[in-house]
Amino acid sequence: MPAPNAAASLPDIAHYTHVPNRHWGRWLAVAIIILLIAGLARAFAVGQIEWDFVGRFFTAPAIMTGLYNTLWMTLGAMALGITLGVITAVMRMSPNPVLQGVAMGYTWLFRGTPVILQLLLWFNLALIFPRLGFGEFSVRTVDVMTPALAALLGLGINQGAYTSEVIRAGMLSVDTGQYEAAKAIGMTRLRALRRIIFPQAMRVVIPPLGNEFIGMVKLTSLASVIQFAEILHAAQNIYYANSRVIELLIVAAIWYLIIVSILTPLQMLLERRFARGAGGAR
Amino acid sequence: MSQSSTMPPATMPLVAIVDVRKKFGDFEALAGVSLDVRAGEVLCIIGASGSGKTTLLRCVNQLVTIDSGAIWVDGELTGWRIDGTKLHALPEKEVARQRLSTGMVFQRFNLFPHMTALENIIEGPVQVQKRNRAEAVREAEALLARVGLADKAGSYPANLSGGQQQRVAIARALAMKPKLMLFDEPTSALDPELVGEVLAAMKELAASGMTMIVVTHELGFAREVADRVVYMDRGAIVEQGPAAEVLGNPQEPRLRAFLSAVLS
Repeated sequence: MPAPNAAASLPDIAHYTHVPNRHWGRWLAVAIIILLIAGLARAFAVGQIEWDFVGRFFTAPAIMTGLYNTLWMTLGAMALGITLGVITAVMRMSPNPVLQGVAMGYTWLFRGTPVILQLLLWFNLALIFPRLGFGEFSVRTVDVMTPALAALLGLGINQGAYTSEVIRAGMLSVDTGQYEAAKAIGMTRLRALRRIIFPQAMRVVIPPLGNEFIGMVKLTSLASVIQFAEILHAAQNIYYANSRVIELLIVAAIWYLIIVSILTPLQMLLERRFARGAGGAR
Repeated sequence: MSQSSTMPPATMPLVAIVDVRKKFGDFEALAGVSLDVRAGEVLCIIGASGSGKTTLLRCVNQLVTIDSGAIWVDGELTGWRIDGTKLHALPEKEVARQRLSTGMVFQRFNLFPHMTALENIIEGPVQVQKRNRAEAVREAEALLARVGLADKAGSYPANLSGGQQQRVAIARALAMKPKLMLFDEPTSALDPELVGEVLAAMKELAASGMTMIVVTHELGFAREVADRVVYMDRGAIVEQGPAAEVLGNPQEPRLRAFLSAVLS
């Protein structure tokens, strides 16, 4: 039986125009924000900042070297961190209690102490072990443990402890049915991890890992305390000589912002790559 | 593989389950189950949830390790190597190799979501069995056609219906050329209108002579396809026999109660 047609007794609104909500609050907020930014810009423009110094030192050779060092140290420390993180996460999730214990101990030790302390320990390793190696094949620790190597080890090994937890969270996010299906087609645990679990875990892992990557760009500045010549160290060296403290700090800040601005879209590209097959996409 | 771990296949059923016991904590999932499955036989296991039927199935391909007893598949003792009077646990690689003789279809499909239907099917043949990729692709396409999904090779699981996903899962298991197929409630997670297409694929497989152990609630399928029906309750086999007898003329009161509950 068709429903009784109520429309006959209601006003005919079929031809009326729809008017969307006016977001007055948003316009007000934009106005306030623009005013604040203008005020801030003016303050910096008339403040005690010699902007032409910022321009002059922006691409100074020492700053360029620092930029180069910051970049490769970020990549190197993250590569080491991710490698150690994956190994540690796999150990932590293994059925072998010895491997589990080692993984937990590593995470505990390196998450439990400040990075700057770890950097100083690596840099001063010669105080504990004057020589490294065995008998004939040994070298003086001070010759080997350069600021760069100490920074790489300190930052990378510390990062591995954090990354392992990110990777582990990603592995835990994959349904146990996936492990079972992988086993059912004759895969061993490691092959299942590589072919089935990790590709799916990547989706979950990339956003926090991108976060860690961006964190590492800035964490490299801590290596300035052990004389590693990254951007901040270069900027400091210059302002020790010419006293343009704020100008050179602004130079360093702008470079950090540029690096991070380039990394963010890269992360989005990676996320899209690993979203294959997810939730009816494409 | 030591000599004593294998038996001449002619004298053995394809699957021999001997007094298998399994406890999860205090819960006795399997309380001494013995069961033989001949090559080419289609066996349906029915029973209420918690009766141990899924656990038994998962023991056969070692997704669950048994506490005691023995399971022989294709003449080979699963999970253990016999050495004199001792049983040594097999290393993971050997267990993985033994699983190759069985294919498994899961209740929740468990397709790999980051791979297309075709990639799901060739994953085992190419990565595990190290077979030629082009040949594996040809076989996968034939398998997809066999389950009626020739046009879905490039689809990701998320873009397939439950019934289509389960049929891809059947093709994925068949791609390993198993001697035995295990089905763990393959239609329980499906919308009612999709059950038929999966059962049709399973019927076709049964008709082709595949040995199948099917844990199911589909009594109609059991009646039509099964050579033998096994009813389990509280971790034990309570009644078994030809489908028509077990389902048509149940002897055990527990089975009668179960059947009337399922059919009502």
